[in-house]
Amino acid sequence: MSDPTASSEATPLRLDLPWDHECVAALRAGQDVRLYGEIFTARDAAHARLLAALEAGEPLPLELEGATLYYCGPTPGRPPRVVGAAGPTTSSRMDRYAPALYRAGVRATLGKGERGLSVREACCECGAVYLITVGGGGALLGSRIVEAEVIAYPELGPEAIRRLVVEDFPAWVAYDAHGGSIFSDEEDLP
Amino acid sequence: MRQLSASQLTAPVRALLLEMAFRLPEDVRQALACARGTDRSPRAREILGLLLDNVAAAETESLPLCQDTGLVVVFAEVGEEVCLEGHLQGAIDEAVAAAYTEGYLRPSVLADPLRRNSNTGANTPAIIHLEWVPGDQLTLHVVAKGGGSENQSGLWMLSPSHGREGIISAVVERVRRAGGQPCPPLILGLGIGGNFETAPLLAKRSLFRSLGEPSPDPDVAALEAEILAAVNATGVGPLGMGGDTTALAVHALTAPCHLASLPVALNVQCHAARHGTVVI
Repeated sequence: MSDPTASSEATPLRLDLPWDHECVAALRAGQDVRLYGEIFTARDAAHARLLAALEAGEPLPLELEGATLYYCGPTPGRPPRVVGAAGPTTSSRMDRYAPALYRAGVRATLGKGERGLSVREACCECGAVYLITVGGGGALLGSRIVEAEVIAYPELGPEAIRRLVVEDFPAWVAYDAHGGSIFSDEEDLP
Repeated sequence: MRQLSASQLTAPVRALLLEMAFRLPEDVRQALACARGTDRSPRAREILGLLLDNVAAAETESLPLCQDTGLVVVFAEVGEEVCLEGHLQGAIDEAVAAAYTEGYLRPSVLADPLRRNSNTGANTPAIIHLEWVPGDQLTLHVVAKGGGSENQSGLWMLSPSHGREGIISAVVERVRRAGGQPCPPLILGLGIGGNFETAPLLAKRSLFRSLGEPSPDPDVAALEAEILAAVNATGVGPLGMGGDTTALAVHALTAPCHLASLPVALNVQCHAARHGTVVI
């Protein structure tokens, strides 16, 4: 685990998305970051479809290289808002899909809670990270989203894939590309 | 007998659901504020501050507290002197559909658990539990329960020999293993006794109690306090990132049970504890 006393006094690091490789490699578990730019929502049902398309060699509805996948199913936006509350869902449900998506170019996933060892190993193998944001912070996080559009699977309703543009979106590096973890119950990987 | 029509429930339940999605109960908000003042971890205090910012943003920006606006569960206490006309499930589902559509809340109910594309579109049906009570009132206790915390709940059919220690270790181990996944700080609802199907109902029922109000039974109150201390000693902390505040409260309800059994159910509630009551 990272030092729980470390993060709160430091100024959060600004991260502009999509990613470049060097920027990911420099991140360390426990770092406080603020996201600016493009992220894509995808949760259980969308992941099943993305993986099926990837395995079948079919075209994908988004460019995975450098992408950030956000485990989120927002509430509908009350006009004029483009989206409503938009906090993270439990990441471990997407563990079975995450390693393949990291290998296909995804640089970061964003959600809440601990995940399985296969995800931590995939972060090390692929030079990628897992970020967490404020679980149960849907109102706060929804207010940091400036653009939202459904880009795939509209029939899945809240589980459709949305392209979001975020500003000053709070997050922490949970698993870095070097085996580090933010969680109180997890040792860093050797 | 007092005549009541089920349709009289629709307007007040709709109003309650709309209130619940945007406004955290004051006892929960105060518990978060209190924890922010006392947690020894700076990061935990920072996170608790963000959760309080979220409560404020929900009200000022008219955004739901959480994007998981929950599955609606209703405990209906029907007075024995009430004659209820009409269809209770229909009246409550009408309220749910109206609130979730008008309030731009998320429809999170699948008609078929094995078909991912079977969202019912209006967050119906609600789950309703009926109880008969003395009097001529109809009381509805309503909770909008998120899936992430519900998923970490559990039922143990313990042996009586496991006793108090067995209950404590089952609950603490579950909370430790759940880590940050159910959005701690948590409220833990505990049902002890009854049987395989009633222990979980007791656990959920206990979540309606005001935070920090101990059980009227001194032995049960002592068990609640002991579990709260043990859970907060795990170091899981807010969102699993370390700290003293893993749970805000432990509420337990007990019921008579078979002498061969010790059923224990844990219903995990996240910090977005959206619940309320309507009396008619």
